[in-house]
Parts: sequence; C-alpha cells; structure tokens
Amino acid sequence: MNILVFVKQVPDTETRIQIQNGAVDTASVKWVANPYDEFAIEEALRIRERLGAGKVTVLSLGPDRVKEAIKYGLSLGADEGVQVKGEGVALDDPLSVATVLAAAATKAGFDLILAGKQAVDMDHAQTGVMLAELLDVPHVSVVVGLELDPAAKTGSAKREVEGGAETVTFDLPAMITTQKGLNEPRYASLKGIMAVKKKTIAEWTLADLGVDPASVAPAAARLRTLEASPPPPRPAGKLLEGEPAEIAKELVRLLREEAKVI
Amino acid sequence: MEKFDGVDYMEIDGLFSEEEILIRDTARKFVQDRLIPIIEKHSREGTFPKDLVPEIAELGFLGANLEGYGCAGLNNVAYGLIMQELERGDSGFRSFVSVQGALCMWPIYAYGNEEQKKKYLPGMAAGKLIGCFGLTEADFGSNPSGMLTNARKDGNSYILNGSKMWITNGGIADLAIVWAKLDGRIRGFIVEKGTPGYSTSDIHGKFSLRASVTSELAFQDCRIPAENLLPNADGLKGPLGCLNQARYGIAWGGIGAAMACYHEALEYAKTRIQFDRPIASFQMVQEKLAWMIREITKGQLLALQVGRLKDQGKAKAHHISMAKMNNVDVGLQCARLGRAILGANGITDEYQCGRHMCNLESVYTYEGTHDIHTLIIGEAITGIAAYK
Ligand SMILES: Cc1cc2nc3c(=O)[nH]c(=O)nc-3n(C[C@H](O)[C@H](O)[C@H](O)COP(=O)(O)OP(=O)(O)OC[C@H]3O[C@@H](n4cnc5c(N)ncnc54)[C@H](O)[C@@H]3O)c2cc1C
Repeated sequence: MNILVFVKQVPDTETRIQIQNGAVDTASVKWVANPYDEFAIEEALRIRERLGAGKVTVLSLGPDRVKEAIKYGLSLGADEGVQVKGEGVALDDPLSVATVLAAAATKAGFDLILAGKQAVDMDHAQTGVMLAELLDVPHVSVVVGLELDPAAKTGSAKREVEGGAETVTFDLPAMITTQKGLNEPRYASLKGIMAVKKKTIAEWTLADLGVDPASVAPAAARLRTLEASPPPPRPAGKLLEGEPAEIAKELVRLLREEAKVI
Repeated sequence: MEKFDGVDYMEIDGLFSEEEILIRDTARKFVQDRLIPIIEKHSREGTFPKDLVPEIAELGFLGANLEGYGCAGLNNVAYGLIMQELERGDSGFRSFVSVQGALCMWPIYAYGNEEQKKKYLPGMAAGKLIGCFGLTEADFGSNPSGMLTNARKDGNSYILNGSKMWITNGGIADLAIVWAKLDGRIRGFIVEKGTPGYSTSDIHGKFSLRASVTSELAFQDCRIPAENLLPNADGLKGPLGCLNQARYGIAWGGIGAAMACYHEALEYAKTRIQFDRPIASFQMVQEKLAWMIREITKGQLLALQVGRLKDQGKAKAHHISMAKMNNVDVGLQCARLGRAILGANGITDEYQCGRHMCNLESVYTYEGTHDIHTLIIGEAITGIAAYK
C-alpha cells in the first residue's frame, strides 16, 4: 500500500505571533509540523506496520524550512520525503494549495492519502477535501477510526457526529483527514532520528508537476489575506465594591446592560 | 504548568546539529508528557517510575552513546542533551539512566569480552535487564581505593565478600557491576540477581532522589562463575573510567535541573503580584533571575565544550570534573534561588524547585563530591594532589 501523508509546517502554538506591516512576522516564529498531521503520520505508520508492507511518503509544500517538518516525519519512520517548492504559490489559498498537492499526489501515485483535518494556523479545514475532489477520489473528513481491507480495496472510517458516531465505508484509493483521538502519535526514537540522514527528500517544482504557475499564483487566488492584525488588548477588569447583596445586583445589571450576555 | 520551551539566552541552539536538536526535542517531549505529570507523586511516595523503563528503552535512551548491541550510537553531545532533558524532569530518573548506561553498560562495553557484551548489552539497551554499580562502601566514599570488599579465586569461580552502600538501582537490579579487590587489585565483577550469597536492602528515609532506588548490597561467600570477571579493567582506573562517563552526563543534567527551576521561577515572578506589581519588577528578584540565566548560559557552554572534546577523544578527567562540579552547583543554587522567588509556594510539591533542590544535594555529593572535584582541578593546575 502506497500511502501519502501531507504535512503542513505551522507556527508552534506557543509562539507569540508578531504582526509587522499587516502580516505575520515569520522571522519570530518557531515552526512545527501541524499537530493534526501528526495523527496522519502515525496512522500511516500503523497501517504499514499492520500490513507488514507498504510505503509511507511525507509531502510538504512550502519554502526550504518545510524540510524540517518532512524530516520530523522521516524520523518517526516514514520512508521517503518530498518537498514541493512553494515559490510563487498562494500558500494562504486552500484551492491553490490543493491544486499543487493534487498534482504532486498524481505524480507520486497512491492508494491512500492522509492529512490532518485542518492546519492550526489558518484553520480553513478545506485543503484535504478540495484535494480529493480535484483527484476525483472518495474522501472522509474528521476521522477518529480507520480500517482498511487492501485486498478488497475498501475501507471504513469512523467519524464523531453530534451525540454519536457514524461509520462510513469507501473505496480505495481515498483521502482521509485525521482528527484527534484517531491514535496516540509516537515519539521519534533515536534510531529513527539517526536514520533520517540515510533517507532522501526529493524536491519537486511546479514544472515537474505540470502545474501552470499562473493558475496558483497569488494573483489568481480565490482567497486573499488583506491584512493581519493582533487581537485588541483586553480592557482592564472592573472591581465592584459594597455589600454582597448590592454587588450581586450591580453585577446582574452590568451583565445585562453593559456586557449584554444575559 | 507553563510548557517548557527550552532556555537559550545566547542562541546556543545554533551550535547544535539538526540531528542533535531533534534528539533533544524527542527527550524534551517525552519528559514533558510522560515524566513530569507523574514524578511528583513518585517522589512523594518514594517510588521509582519503573513503568517508564520500557518506553525510554524503546526510544533508545539506554546506553545511547554506545555503538552496536542494540544501542543508538549517538555522539556525546546528543547524549548529553538527553541527560539535560531527563534531569529537567527529575535527577532521580536521570540517575537511573546514568547508572544503566554510563556505569553498567559502559564498563561491559569497554572492559568486557565479546561474550559478556553479547550476553548483557542488548537486554540492557532494551530495558529488560537493569544494572547497578557498586563501588562505594559505608566506610569508603571519596576514597574508594580503601575498599574492603574482596574476591578470591576458587577453581572456576570467584568468591566475593563484603558490602556496598548507597547503590542506585540496587534493589531493582538484575545484575550488579561490583568492584572488589582480587589479590590487592581493584577488579570489576558481574554479579547476577539471585546468586546465592548476594542480597540487597533498600535505604529509606531519604529526602533526596526519592524517585530513585538506593540500596545496600551484601556479599557473603557469593560464588560467581570465573567468566563474570571484566577482563580489561585493572586497578582504580577501571571504576574511574565509568565515573567519567557518568559525570559527563551529570554535567548536562545539572543544567537541565537549573533550567527547570529558572523557568518555573521566571513564570511565577511575572504573574505573582505584590505591592500591586509583579514581583518580577523588583530589582532583587531580577538580580536572582539574571544570576540564574547567566550561570545557566555559562554552564551550557561548558557542557557543550566538554562534549565536543569528548567526541574528539580529547576530554580529560579534570575537564569533566569542572563541568560536573560547576553545573551541579549551578543547578543547586538555581533551585535555592527559585525556591526563594516562589515564596511559601516554593516549599510545597505543587512546584518543582524544592524537589530539584533536595535531589541536587545528592548529585552534589555522588560521583565525586563538589569538594573532591575542586581538588582534582587543583591537582590539574598545580600538579599537587591535595586529597590523598
Ligand atoms: C543518592 C545517592 C546515590 C548514590 N549512588 C551510588 C552508586 O550507584 N554507586 C556507588 O558506588 N556510590 C553511590 N553513591 C555514593 C557516593 O558516590 C558517595 O556518597 C560519594 O562518593 C561520597 O562519599 P561519602 O558519602 O562516603 O562521603 P565522604 O567521602 O565521607 O565525604 C564527606 C565529606 O568530606 C569531604 N572529603 C572527603 N575526603 C576529602 C578530602 N580528601 N579532601 C577534602 N574533602 C574531603 C567530602 O567532600 C564531603 O564533603 C551514591 C550516593 C547517594 C547520596
């Protein structure tokens, strides 16, 4: 089974985001692999281990720094890595990204594609499903359980829905987006880390993928980021004084009239 | 607790390779997720978190800087970074890993024959065989060459008599590396658990390294097969060679504990309000924090330089002495200062500084006391040994 895992490199959630000239200042960012993608990598590795055969390839679109996220996947046990060079691609636009990734998936060949349900930076939750549509393969999103029958070329995926769970069956090849709860991602072992330098990371350009650069350029993007701004500073709290009964009355009045929450 | 994201005032991360950083981050994550949530309870109850042994073995942390026999084959800097992170969690847990790797696997690796290596190292790397290292005796601590434990040859066996004190992992060990005098020379022996005449009893009432087992070992006409002698260690330099390995790791560990205390004290100082201001705004608190980060930064560079020297085969015992004594001292001072910044909260086990402080009292004493290392440095620079 040939499994592709798409991994996005995102700012560590601990990073204090700085805004400069209306855009996120990436120089101050500590980059990590998107946490939801870690479930995808783990699931791919477990499928390979269960079947005792197969190949797991980690792909990431972006500048050279994304190689770190790919290496992280390799250190966990993925077999190969691919960096799709991101220059000139509207990386904020899910459809542009999905277009490039779909071409990469076609070039790589696959039985299964896994990716996190969303990236924790932009939270669009669109790329995985768009990519599946572009490839014209079945997709199941926000998956917490996955079983495959490679011989029959089918699978079933569990999703959590309001007040219960549903199980969806699908044919392979397919695209699955992963949700917390699917598995418990492993730590990179020292052997895994030491093995990274023996593994290769291929570099693919848009030309290699046959993607017209103009079609995925910022000018053609359906979604454009006009400006980023930090949330307004939180106003100072208000301290009420007096007898408990008075304070309670005043609090209710403020919640109703000023805060308008009750 | 605030997530720990490393302490790096001087962009020291830039001095590490990408691989070294990945290795450190794996250890950091493990400590954050697996060790820190449970360590306080183990420390309080005086129990060793044995459940974590298979996990660290799986990750490759046991004997990580040894080559082959199921070991990861890391360089010494990467190995040191693991020790740093483990001790950021707890000195007792780091002690387990040091004893297993540096004091038990290393002598088998360095002084053992091929059969001994094949018999023990893979199981020890896998965490299935736990080791302990018996050098110190009740009456011979800083002066181990006076030891009374002895061995005599009897046909195809050796017969051991004597006892060892303050032995980390003693009560949970499957095998002991025991140093004893054979015809007046210090030699190393492998004694397996269950050998008649070998018994252990744990030491209780400790206020330090409570999450680590410390025991007494007793040998009473304990007969072991002749092939359990480590062939390539003869004299005090045998055990001292092991201590150099462990002390090197402790040099990183001391900084790890210091980082934990600094991080905790800094976060606390920024949020604790007194006189309507965060206590971090007071000069005397800043002075403490500035001292901590200054010493941590120097300690990082010291450990790193010794590590690079060790990788080039150039680290001398007196280099390692300086790094061990300095960095453990920094750890201990940071724990005390951190504890003071935490005020009353600092005396409870809701916070880590107190535990680190108590732990580091042991680390200050074992593997060569702070003062003995001072005298080793003194000997290196004056040519005069003041301690013997
Ligand atoms: C928790 C713990 C775990 C340990 N684990 C192990 C283990 O696994 N294996 C093992 O073999 N040992 C172990 N030890 C023992 C440890 O190595 C010894 O405690 C240490 O070597 C000091 O010996 P001592 O306690 O007998 O102190 P002493 O040697 O009696 O020293 C007491 C004091 O006198 C000072 N002193 C002694 N001689 C001199 C001198 N010549 N000049 C100046 N000052 C001097 C010392 O610096 C110290 O301050 C452990 C100890 C502890 C506390």
